[in-house]
Amino acid sequence: MSSNPTPDGSVGTAAPPGPVDTAAAATSTSLGSWLRGVNVSVLREVALLPVLVLLIVVGTVVSPAFFTVSNFAGIGQQSSALGVVVVGESLILMIGGMDLSLEATYGLAPMVAAWLIVPVAAYGSGADLSPYLGIGVLIAVGAAVGLVNGLLIVKGRLNGFIVTLGMTIVLAGLQNGIVKAQSLFNLPTAFGYLGAASFGQLPVSLIVTAVIFVLVGLFLRYHRTGRAIYAVGGNPAAARAAGIKVERVKIGVYVAGSVLAAIGGLMEAGRVSAVTGQQGYGEGIIFSVFAAAVIGGVSLRGGRGNMIGAASGVILLGIVQDILDLANVSNYWIEAIDGAVILFALFLARIVGGESTAEER
Amino acid sequence: MTTSGPALIEMTGVEKRFGTTRALRGVDLALNAGECLGLVGRNGAGKSTVVSILSGLAEPDAGEIRFAGAPAPRTSDVTRWREWIATVYQHSMIVGDLSVAENVFLGNTAPVVNWRELRARTRDIMRDLGFDIAPEAQCRKLGVEQLQIVEIARALARGARCVLLDEPTAALERGAASRLFERVRQLTAGGVAVLYISHHLEEVFEICERVEVLRDGEMVLTAPTRELASDDLVAAMVGGVQVKAAAAGHRRSVAAGPAAGDGPTPAGSQPDTAILTVRDLTADSPTGRLSRVSLDVRAGEIVGVTGLLSAGVATIGRAIASAEPYTGGEVRLRGTLVPPGRRDAAQHVGIGYIPEDRRAEGFVAHLGVAENATMTIMDRLSGRLGLMRPGRRDAAAAPITDRLSLVSSGPGQPVEELSGGNQQKVTVARTLAHDPSLIVAITPTRGVDVASKALLLDALAGAASNGGAGVLLCSDELSDLVICDRVIVLVRGEVFAEFTEPPFDRDELIVATEGIARTAHGTTEEAAQ
Repeated sequence: MSSNPTPDGSVGTAAPPGPVDTAAAATSTSLGSWLRGVNVSVLREVALLPVLVLLIVVGTVVSPAFFTVSNFAGIGQQSSALGVVVVGESLILMIGGMDLSLEATYGLAPMVAAWLIVPVAAYGSGADLSPYLGIGVLIAVGAAVGLVNGLLIVKGRLNGFIVTLGMTIVLAGLQNGIVKAQSLFNLPTAFGYLGAASFGQLPVSLIVTAVIFVLVGLFLRYHRTGRAIYAVGGNPAAARAAGIKVERVKIGVYVAGSVLAAIGGLMEAGRVSAVTGQQGYGEGIIFSVFAAAVIGGVSLRGGRGNMIGAASGVILLGIVQDILDLANVSNYWIEAIDGAVILFALFLARIVGGESTAEER
Repeated sequence: MTTSGPALIEMTGVEKRFGTTRALRGVDLALNAGECLGLVGRNGAGKSTVVSILSGLAEPDAGEIRFAGAPAPRTSDVTRWREWIATVYQHSMIVGDLSVAENVFLGNTAPVVNWRELRARTRDIMRDLGFDIAPEAQCRKLGVEQLQIVEIARALARGARCVLLDEPTAALERGAASRLFERVRQLTAGGVAVLYISHHLEEVFEICERVEVLRDGEMVLTAPTRELASDDLVAAMVGGVQVKAAAAGHRRSVAAGPAAGDGPTPAGSQPDTAILTVRDLTADSPTGRLSRVSLDVRAGEIVGVTGLLSAGVATIGRAIASAEPYTGGEVRLRGTLVPPGRRDAAQHVGIGYIPEDRRAEGFVAHLGVAENATMTIMDRLSGRLGLMRPGRRDAAAAPITDRLSLVSSGPGQPVEELSGGNQQKVTVARTLAHDPSLIVAITPTRGVDVASKALLLDALAGAASNGGAGVLLCSDELSDLVICDRVIVLVRGEVFAEFTEPPFDRDELIVATEGIARTAHGTTEEAAQ
């Protein structure tokens, strides 16, 4: 335990489940207190590990193509966009909120950006924006949607479920309206880079998503605003009484969630080299987003959850999808089986996750 | 008032125990038609048990209840029971989204509702009683006073011959209360019997012909109010210790009447000027209203605020800590105006807040002890980028939790796993952590054991004497007030009396909270009106 004295090192290597070393914790050094905080949650966070191992075994049995680098790279690339949206939704769930419109932002933000970039002949607006400016617009669209949602829900004290449901319809309508239901192809390389490029076998999107998970995970654990998110979600009245600016934290999280959804949309557009009217709302990705977060132990009641759990939820869904593809399940049945597997995974996560993942009686 | 026939409602030798507690021990009570009987007693004396037995909600373990000489129906026979007695509760039992007529006949309509008849009958009842409320009005839009009338109308719509009024004026201001008394007189004049339960003794003297006093589950006194001095009534309620404090040679200055806006009192020994100045604070809150309250707290001074339930004791604390908005007046800390309802801003200028309900506001249950104890100082603990090391958090929490002898398995233990007393210590630690120049503590010792209670009060006293903080201690638990330099008594949201010389006499405090002023010579006057 003492071989790695740097506190920062212990954060990065926190994921492997070590036994709770009470002797080391009892030394009450700075390192000891770091580990005490980490150990308890690590055990909870890797609760899905046995399930993931089981799925990998099943996949290997189902198809020889499963346990290969190229297949895992594929899973990684396919899950990256979803993963970024899951980070956003997890943050919103942690403050006790809910945002159904992330899937529509995931479609609209890249659509607006691409529409401003591509030429009129390809159904663009004619603004002929540079792809870099386009990415700036994409982020701004995400931030604007999140700000409107946050203001309506927090300041206007409207119900988050219905506000974001209404917002979903508006955004999805805009997504089709501005391009008259056309799809935009021939995106510039710089715009598609995030979703399409790779270093050797390693997709850039996977690297970026992994970095986002790690940064947000560290932010939640070690940043005062990250801690405030847990406090606000766990008990808003207590957080307020302790002088935390509850409304500001909540609105900020809605903005951050929508920006992450827009970035996820950019990855997806790069991966398929197009922005279609179907992206996001049309595909109905919000179910997968919620499923991954909840399977990963993020509570819909707020205050509980972490990025290691959310990441395992995303990986689990990605592997399940991949196994179904490799097993040549008939396209007619794939959705039904996919849904059933998600329900089963939820149940398993509840069993392994213990009482903290249970709903109130 | 006593009639030769049997009483309308009669309890004899009623016993009731809950577990090992004997809530009622052989209680006798008789209520005649057209009479208003007061039932008084301190908290826990057994009043609520009498109410639930007379409402048919609880079965007595022994004893008898007779209605007009005949044995009472079984409690399961709700309909017949309600033909005799209807209860108007402390907490409103009105469904806000329904109309007045629907509420009056709630649970009492035919399977198919005849709206026209329902409204007509409601209008008749309102007219007979001289009330002016439209049957079609939506109850959500009515005031507290009107809602109470709807409840009384509901009681009478069932044809009840006896009405139990349980703390009916708790949420009413003075004018509304006197209108209610007018209605009670109308009811008794019409032959209805009224059992009036109240903490406000002056009300009992005003409208009740007779009063019965419960103490520790026993009926210790029953007497006509005309022949009773309020001293004797208080003595019967308090028991044991006789109320002779004023004659016992203590010289205590009790300033009766609202002492609003007189500036700093000269009595204090602290040379410092006030750090907290509150002027004409007015609020309308579910925890009790406030009416133009002014007070000062100097550095190092501990000022107590006490009063009955809903007298505004919690409200004044919450308003000063900016935990809830208020409608009028101003709060200044060291001259800086504290914005109403902005808890974060109030904390920033240096007002600490120990909330009344620790489960609701005191801590985040699943987070650790150290994190909760340092939640108010996250800014100070974090570095330039806002990053915080848990070790630094634990180190910052340790001296405070040690000082409060907080028992936990470690700084990471979730607060939900702690005992009530230790949870309260976390809440207090959270407040002490940011070195406030004023601490507002609302019932800080509620529900904690005796040892923890002493520790918590010591901590507050220590913050005042060593740290120079002002402390505003809002509590209806009189034993908390021992650490105070001054005590202000609120009655109905107004400053009623101020005690400036400790030690404070418990009985005098009780008398003051009941709204009865006492002069230095021991004679008693009832509060104005």
